[in-house]
Amino acid sequence: MAEVHVREGLDERQPSKGSDWSFSDLERFEREIARVAAQYRLDTYPNQIEVITSEQMMDAYASVGMPVGYHHWSFGKQFLSVEQAYRRGQMGLAYELVINSDPCIAYLMEENTLMMQILVIAHACYGHNSFFKGNYLFRTWTDASAIVDYLVFARRYIAECEERHGVDAVEQLLDACHALQNYGVDRYKRPSPISAAEEAKRQSEREAYLQSQVNMLWSTIPHPLQAGGEQEDDSNDPLRLHRRGRYPAEPQENLLYFLEKNAPLLAPWQREVVRIVRKMAQYFYPQRQTQVMNEGWATFWHYTIMHQLYDERLIDEGIMLEFLQSHTSVVAQPGFDSPYYNGINPYALGFAMFTDIKRICEAPTDEDRRWFPELAGSEWLPTLHFAMQNFKDESFIQQFLSPKVMRDLRLFALLDDDREETLEIGAIHDDDGYRQLREALSSQYALGHREPDIQVWEADVYGDRSLTLRHQRSDRRPMERSVHSVLRYLHQLWGFPVRLESREGDELVQRYQWPSSDTELH
Amino acid sequence: MSYFIDRRANARNKSAVNRQRFLRRYRSHIKRAVEESINRRSITDMERGEKVSIPARDISEPVFRHGQGGNRTIVSPGNKEFVTGDRLRRPSGGGGGNGSGDGRASNQGEGMDEFAFSLSREEFLDFVFDGLELPHLERKQLVDMREVRPVRAGVGRDGVPARMNVVRSMREAYARRIAMRAPIRRALREAQEALDEEERKDPVLRNPSRIRELKGEIEALEKRLEAVPFIDTYDLRYNQLADQPQPSNRAVMFCIMDVSGSMTQAHKDIAKRFFLLLYLFLERNYERVELVFIRHHTAAKEVDEEEFFYSRETGGTIVSSALGLLHEVIEERYPPGDWNLYVAQASDGDNWDDDSVSCRRLLDDKLMPLLRYFAYVEITPHAHQALWEEYTRVAERHGKRFAMQQIVEASDIYPVFRELFKRRQAA
Repeated sequence: MAEVHVREGLDERQPSKGSDWSFSDLERFEREIARVAAQYRLDTYPNQIEVITSEQMMDAYASVGMPVGYHHWSFGKQFLSVEQAYRRGQMGLAYELVINSDPCIAYLMEENTLMMQILVIAHACYGHNSFFKGNYLFRTWTDASAIVDYLVFARRYIAECEERHGVDAVEQLLDACHALQNYGVDRYKRPSPISAAEEAKRQSEREAYLQSQVNMLWSTIPHPLQAGGEQEDDSNDPLRLHRRGRYPAEPQENLLYFLEKNAPLLAPWQREVVRIVRKMAQYFYPQRQTQVMNEGWATFWHYTIMHQLYDERLIDEGIMLEFLQSHTSVVAQPGFDSPYYNGINPYALGFAMFTDIKRICEAPTDEDRRWFPELAGSEWLPTLHFAMQNFKDESFIQQFLSPKVMRDLRLFALLDDDREETLEIGAIHDDDGYRQLREALSSQYALGHREPDIQVWEADVYGDRSLTLRHQRSDRRPMERSVHSVLRYLHQLWGFPVRLESREGDELVQRYQWPSSDTELH
Repeated sequence: MSYFIDRRANARNKSAVNRQRFLRRYRSHIKRAVEESINRRSITDMERGEKVSIPARDISEPVFRHGQGGNRTIVSPGNKEFVTGDRLRRPSGGGGGNGSGDGRASNQGEGMDEFAFSLSREEFLDFVFDGLELPHLERKQLVDMREVRPVRAGVGRDGVPARMNVVRSMREAYARRIAMRAPIRRALREAQEALDEEERKDPVLRNPSRIRELKGEIEALEKRLEAVPFIDTYDLRYNQLADQPQPSNRAVMFCIMDVSGSMTQAHKDIAKRFFLLLYLFLERNYERVELVFIRHHTAAKEVDEEEFFYSRETGGTIVSSALGLLHEVIEERYPPGDWNLYVAQASDGDNWDDDSVSCRRLLDDKLMPLLRYFAYVEITPHAHQALWEEYTRVAERHGKRFAMQQIVEASDIYPVFRELFKRRQAA
């Protein structure tokens, strides 16, 4: 019966116009995709789909998809490298640029074919969009409805600062903040949502208030002594002038927050700029932790939706073949020894994992029953939604990476110990290796493992006002040389000497300092 | 719920500011790259942008990061023959290459990468001519200006229909209508009131002839009211233009070159590059730049570009012949009041000995008063001859408007050019 319908269906419903598209095509397909997505219970923010040119796409890339942003040379650098890569044809600009906002803004490039537009709508406007709305990290840490307004506020504020204090002063400050922006996030404490209107209203009050706070902290009048009895008597300090508690009492993980509130010499506007960079970093924090899941989820859904559209005969074989060609190259995973290898492809891994969860639910093998007793045979759609909503890359891999996916990707773990002459293969995709492999891959995606663990340890409030950070080293992994440049930036913000102590366990292994003590630098 | 927005018509240079910020920050790097590229590329090639590379480490944005070393576990895909417990030699080359499994980290570790990007032609030329200026642009006096340009000069009653100012005309008409109708309306209102009063009276007391009279008056007034024209020729206003004298925005550049036997093709190439550089520079400062080519051996001749650079001539050298021809051409076609005159002369310094003195006289007496700038380049590795010495004397007299430099090889051109045109500190 289906065969009979093919030709008839083509006449009234199918585009069959090849690759050209019109707005009415887009609207029609968007409606169909929305209908299919609803069947699969994809809950999304409203979509704002913007049709743009390739130059505008490069602009959008350079500003990480943000519709507005403050000016800084690093975005110019980003733009130039995107432009260069695009001109040389090293990079398509096709896929999914979508930002986590309400409404969710996605971009379609005018040069793309109809298939590509459909694919992007399915991938970005329904895949990523539902991820942004559903995943716990995004729900807890970002406020999709406020971000665009906040960006507008930030841009205007920084432009005003440039007018008042000069472009160079603002640029230097932003350079310093950008160097520390990965340490400008609260990892455990939920931030209060940002609201542009409130920011603008409270901003001037905050300037005055913050300054008074800082002044209190640095006032020369001594605080009452802490009743800490653990220090032994010191005959050189009978009045116990040096027997105060450490400040801050607890180590602080959010460096930029600490600087904003405590740096002694920053002007109020500078504190506000630090705050803006910090808020932006916080906004991007969930994205950095959910690459594999986010791309995997969106890819899984564009694949599923496209197939359903094809089954319903809304798209023809031509579009489908073009789609499969594009999809295949997106989820390709070259091996480690391939010249095209550039790390694990998050699209490939994520797509393989979500697809495999569905398989485990629908057609479990004995192995799956052993590994995932609670998944095997359950309904796949709720399971998939559960996985999307409640995990980040680290825990998602820990929970759901199945032996089959490890076998398919032929994963292996390499132990690289600089004390050893040779590298060792720690585990491969076999029964003995699965757990170890999964553990290793999971920690490879853990931000806490990827980035050095650095916290504010002490600000010498009563002495030379120096700031000491602690780097908790693990597995003897040292800091890269760039640490010196970052400390210089930190010093610019703090205004007094800064130190960084690398510790392995309790043992101090290395100390960095700026200005460095051996050379007098000004 | 979804909606589409067509943004294609929006501005596409959202990143322009950021791009400028970047160029500004790495100004010194880019300038160095541009200068290198000028010496490398042929000057005919100036009409395009340039690819510029900056060492990646100079523009990196530092963050706290793990370095090489320590004890790491790396998971990679694509295992073919490894089994657990295999030991492999560490790949050489600083951890780069295939086995390390972390391509990105090793790229950064090497620190030799270049950040490459393209400058547009405009940006490229901006850097080429950065800090240069044409000498004595400002000395153009209003007195010797003969070029005029029409500028707007308000609104008046005369003009051609094409320049009619509709808004002003309608406003005039409106004012006129108010003015002309006001007395009629007043009379009309009075007549109407009189009529009403008459009609309110007891029928016995009414004066029928008065009523008739008033009715007739009202009718006549209403006709007059209607007859006030909506628009009248009297209302029309026209935008006016006035001719204003304008500093001349045209320049002519005379290229003078010695083509005697002693000038080799290599000499001519160097001269050509110099001329082209000057031409590009003039083009950025003037709306229109004309070129006149004069070549000479013992006699001077005005020629076209092709012949100027490529035809072969031999013979002796009499420089004054070219200067004489230059003077004739100026008198004939380029009155100094209308044109900014620039002369660039290239020679290997050879001249008949007694001719150099007449060159100096010609310059001193006739030419220098007319010219904005005279640039002389001598392309020779040898010692200077009489012409250079005589020119030195001219330079002493005319200081700022006469410049001379020596070029030995092609790579000198750009530095010499910069030297000739560098921005002078305001005296």
